[in-house]
Amino acid sequence: MTTKQKLGWAIAIVIVMIWSLFPVFSILMNSFKSNADLQSGGFLPSAFTWANYEMIFTGSARDLFLPALRNSIGISVIATALAVVLATLCAYAIARLDFRGKRIILVTALAVSMFPVVSIVTPLFNVWRQIGLYDTWLGLILPYLSLTLPISIWTLAAFFQQIPWDLERAAQVDGATSFQAFRKVIVPLAAPGVFTTAIIAFFIAWNDFVFGIGLTSTDAARPVPAALAFFTGASMFEDPAGAISAAAIVVTIPVIILVLAFQRQIVAGLTQGAVKG
Amino acid sequence: MASITMNNLVKKYDDGFPAVNDVSIDVADGEFLILVGPSGCGKSTLLRMVVGLEDITSGDLLIDGERVNEKEPRQRNLSMVFQNYALYPFLTVYENIAFPLRLAKGKFSEKEIDEKVRHASELLDLDDHLERKPGNLSGGQRQRVAMGRAIVRDAEAFLFDEPLSNLDAKLRGQMRTEIAQLQRRLGITSLYVTHDQTEAMTLGDRVAVLKKGRLQQIASPRELYEQPVNLFVAGFIGAPSMNFLPARRDGDIFHTPIGDIPVPEHAKGKLDQAGELLVLGIRPEHFADAKDVQDTPWAARGTTFEAELTHTEWLGNQQYGYVRYEQDQDVKAKLDELAKDLDADEMPAQVVVELDAASRIRGGSTTSLWVNTQKMHVFDPESGTNLTRDEEAGAELTREANEERKAEIKRLHDQNL
Repeated sequence: MTTKQKLGWAIAIVIVMIWSLFPVFSILMNSFKSNADLQSGGFLPSAFTWANYEMIFTGSARDLFLPALRNSIGISVIATALAVVLATLCAYAIARLDFRGKRIILVTALAVSMFPVVSIVTPLFNVWRQIGLYDTWLGLILPYLSLTLPISIWTLAAFFQQIPWDLERAAQVDGATSFQAFRKVIVPLAAPGVFTTAIIAFFIAWNDFVFGIGLTSTDAARPVPAALAFFTGASMFEDPAGAISAAAIVVTIPVIILVLAFQRQIVAGLTQGAVKG
Repeated sequence: MASITMNNLVKKYDDGFPAVNDVSIDVADGEFLILVGPSGCGKSTLLRMVVGLEDITSGDLLIDGERVNEKEPRQRNLSMVFQNYALYPFLTVYENIAFPLRLAKGKFSEKEIDEKVRHASELLDLDDHLERKPGNLSGGQRQRVAMGRAIVRDAEAFLFDEPLSNLDAKLRGQMRTEIAQLQRRLGITSLYVTHDQTEAMTLGDRVAVLKKGRLQQIASPRELYEQPVNLFVAGFIGAPSMNFLPARRDGDIFHTPIGDIPVPEHAKGKLDQAGELLVLGIRPEHFADAKDVQDTPWAARGTTFEAELTHTEWLGNQQYGYVRYEQDQDVKAKLDELAKDLDADEMPAQVVVELDAASRIRGGSTTSLWVNTQKMHVFDPESGTNLTRDEEAGAELTREANEERKAEIKRLHDQNL
């Protein structure tokens, strides 16, 4: 790259960073403001206070926030794990085997992910109440799978297709059974793809609001994004913006940790050197 | 070590296309057999059928007399070197080589595995690289790791799928020698797929030439070169390839675009069934500058004619001259079809002649050329059959090659004792 190109890239990156990080920064600042500060409209708090965080962890919002946090983590982790296991097997079959209905599976998966979530919530609400899934973890995990599976299948299938088939054949000639070839050769190679998919699936489940608010009624299953809507101020005239900001920051932290922890795996080009080139 | 027997093997794909069509080959114990042919001839498919990665539609595959059609690759105990090496990128060179041993659970102790891996790495000169990952190795080193993984276990046979096609020309020559020596030293049955006729000629005890899924001829390289069964084999083996010259026979004379050639002794009596139109096959080295052969016994073995060389190529150790001629329209279609089978677009209407490197003949000059008619082959343009093939001379060449191989294996064996 020439210096000019480098400069252009730098400017573009800075603009994108400001564009995407400004709202986050604004919420972070709000979470440190006192109630009076929030009304005044200044960007930076006049005095940093932990009051909002105290409120959601130990104060009045505690009974609303902590169960919701527990629900969010539990439901998202289970939904992600299920989605990744199912999608790995499914995508492997799609990438490697020639069977009838392969296209139908892919197209259906795509169609499902295109379906507007809002239009499913109301029928689901009725069905879930009839069969007793309303306001339960399972009642959210199932619809989350419908959101996470399609994208997981698509990304993983693309990933598996990049893995040279000869590696698996070589393993079979070397004496491996089909399952051994999958476990000892394909799985290690697919690890970066699986991590990436898991993170995407986790975000989808973690960020969901519509299912969360439509299919729960108590803190038995209500996730954080839905719980935020139930935050109230000290009086009905008081805006709970500070507490909501603090909660929003808290739920952002796992996402950041995940990305930082796994960015190596996400980026790593592990297949290098497998074949020529 | 084992023999491999293919009986009428057929591979048909779902659309009915036969990639391998009725191929029968016997690979003797310890033999180095080459499968060669242009792209799409089914040679790789055939190899994959032998190793078990491709189902066999019909026919029998026997390893050491036992039918293995339905066996999984892992049960056939063959080892294979892939075109793209197929090394496991997340394992070190050591672990890559040890991989097949570790899969045979409980069969080898840690110590035995270590011994076998070190032995293989010593044999292949990989000792300095055992702890490195394949991604950090050069093409030639990766190639050797793939070989190491193949030889580390006591497989019944080695299968090679175009193992050298990803290397540059210089390295290819070097690895070719290494593979040949390794095969002789280990004395293990080997099946080697290539599209490169040089590899086929230099490595093989016998070479099987395939075209569109059908076996054309299987013989020693010398027999293929000197006694090809048809136009395809004649054109495929040899570089630069054999010249195909349209000819009309009139009694004892061939009328060709470059002049009249008398029907040679060995062809007489064999052409009566054929039509008037024939194709003569003459290798470039069977031409010479007439000045170089006159007053030698060679002059009587051929005939001379006048031709204009369009250009010459001097390569240091040899020189090629090119003679253009008017293509006979009646055989053009047939020759172009042959060219397509050989992965070219059309058969150029020119004769390539090999001249002495010292020859001062230059392009544009008319000169007198000599052709050795005793070495000439005559083909039927319709069926492509070689009408002048001497079966016995050919079989004799292959018998000789077979004896040479046995003697060589015995010598190496005695040396090792």
